[in-house]
Amino acid sequence: MNNGALVRLIDVHKVYRTGEMEVPAVRGVSVEIKRGEFVALMGASGSGKSTLMNILGCLDRPSSGSYFLDDADVSGLDRDQLADIRNRKIGFVFQSFNLLPRTSARENAELPLVYSAQRLSHAQLREKADRVLSSVGLAGREDHHPSQLSGGQQQRVAIARALINEPEILLADEPTGNLDSRTSIEIMAIFQQLNERGITIIMVTHEQDIAAYAQRNVIMRDGLILDDHAVAQRANAAAQLQQGIPSTV
Amino acid sequence: MRIAPTFHVAYRALRRNKMRSVLTALGIIIGVGAVIAMVGIGNGAKAQVEAQIASLGENVILIFSGSTTSSGIRTGWGGAGTLKIEDAEAIRREVPGVIGVSEEVVSTTQVAAGNQNWFTRIYGESADYFDIRQWPLADGAPFTAQDVRSANKVCVVGRTTATQIYGNENSIGQILRIKNVPFTITGVLTPKGLSPQGVDQDDIVVMPYTSAMKRVIGGTTLRNINVQIGDPAQIPAAQQQIISLLRQRHNIRPGRDDDFTVRTQQEIAETATATSRVMTVLLGAIAGVSLLVGGIGIMNIMLVSVTERTREIGVRMAVGARGNDILTQFLIEAVTLSSVGGIIGIICGIGASSVLSSYAHWPTLISIGSIAIAFLFSAAVGVFFGFYPARKAAALDPIEALRYE
Repeated sequence: MNNGALVRLIDVHKVYRTGEMEVPAVRGVSVEIKRGEFVALMGASGSGKSTLMNILGCLDRPSSGSYFLDDADVSGLDRDQLADIRNRKIGFVFQSFNLLPRTSARENAELPLVYSAQRLSHAQLREKADRVLSSVGLAGREDHHPSQLSGGQQQRVAIARALINEPEILLADEPTGNLDSRTSIEIMAIFQQLNERGITIIMVTHEQDIAAYAQRNVIMRDGLILDDHAVAQRANAAAQLQQGIPSTV
Repeated sequence: MRIAPTFHVAYRALRRNKMRSVLTALGIIIGVGAVIAMVGIGNGAKAQVEAQIASLGENVILIFSGSTTSSGIRTGWGGAGTLKIEDAEAIRREVPGVIGVSEEVVSTTQVAAGNQNWFTRIYGESADYFDIRQWPLADGAPFTAQDVRSANKVCVVGRTTATQIYGNENSIGQILRIKNVPFTITGVLTPKGLSPQGVDQDDIVVMPYTSAMKRVIGGTTLRNINVQIGDPAQIPAAQQQIISLLRQRHNIRPGRDDDFTVRTQQEIAETATATSRVMTVLLGAIAGVSLLVGGIGIMNIMLVSVTERTREIGVRMAVGARGNDILTQFLIEAVTLSSVGGIIGIICGIGASSVLSSYAHWPTLISIGSIAIAFLFSAAVGVFFGFYPARKAAALDPIEALRYE
């Protein structure tokens, strides 16, 4: 059973009930993602990619099928157990950043530690948050509130928040959807850098050029995986930034 | 879940909407303040009544001359004049545990000295009276048992009467004319102030009951008999013995009503304090309603807050907050609001009642117990009214909450 896969979905279905109607969103997906992979999950809206993302992020449970995360079956866990898994193993990055308003970058980054089982002192919290913020290039902006930061900076705070508990997987849902193209490349540069350090990244996107930064693209349609291929010509965000790509949309 | 940061989060959330938090807490401040002030007033009144009842004397049994029914008309206490001097002597002689008996007759009449006169109450009593009422003299000496036996023309006066007749002059040894009979004043009573009914207890002349009956009031029956018992445990037995003794002496057949009434001081105190207790409860209940309204205000604001912060709740859940963590956070917010409001309310309530006692001269009594209860109650209001919104927040679906606009 153990073949090094961090994520293993086996015939996962998800059916939503709206009144009498049963709406299938995911109709039997089996996929494996290895530790250290950078996967882009693609598809049109309604393809089931968001539902699959919610299942992968332990925000939702499959209607049937199994989900092994780090060799543990998490498909049958209850709400509280799922919350613990999210806290320990998963970091989320959202399209709309989802930072707490009127709260400093540092405190936003600290948030997962508040719900962590490990007991850290106030000073340790602060130190950890500052370190992870500086690793995404936000040293000196720890006390800024989201409203005082640009979109790209806000997304970096969100990445810092996702990383602070040293998760197994970074789950990003359209992370560049609200950003201009140059800032998008900057965020991709951070993702690629993190991936090189061994962090597994699963990213939902509908943009072909953003998916090109990943190693592998999984394309969904109508609740099924249509295509799953390695990226042939992988884009290198850091190199593009050095060459000075103009910030046009 | 870490509790300290949760307090911090609650504090920050409350500070973020300062005006809203202050107004919400104001509901609790007014509620708790009102409870503290109202209960303080009620307890103050109760304590005053109790102190005055205690001033009746300790371990006292009062026997009132009867109410008899004649042609269907009941006369009320003292109306029938059924108590005789011999009844008092029999009680003194036959009831065990009795340490003092005072035969009492009462009248109001004019007293005069020199060119001054005053309308006051005349109490005829035995020499035991001052012990029974625990009413020492401020000056001079009381009349003696010998004075009572001989019906001597001596009396002691209350402070008010003394001042009205003699002003600042010393009244001891002076002659006071009562119904044109000259009485020598032997002493002045210590001031007692107003009775629970608002009667000036110092507006009084006390003389031997024999002198009062023979020289001032006339008549052969007593209005009442005051009996003092040595040991409080003996009071119920003594009360029964007095009843059967008097029934026997008055030839009352079994099944017929007594022609006298026996009351213990305990019973009188219970009636009086029951009245003031009702007042305290009533005042407290009215104030409690405003506390309830304050609690509803908290619930309202917490519901608004949960709706406003749906996305925040979603984010917290996504990064690993359990339902209980969210519940705790919102409960702490509600309890912080209500207990901070409670503390300020307690201070305001204490302030309000001290203003009332100093300007309106209402006695107020605020105990540590009522402060503790008010504080715990305000915290409980926070838990009670905060629970529903907090549970609503905890039950949110993280996916829905993250998508909430």
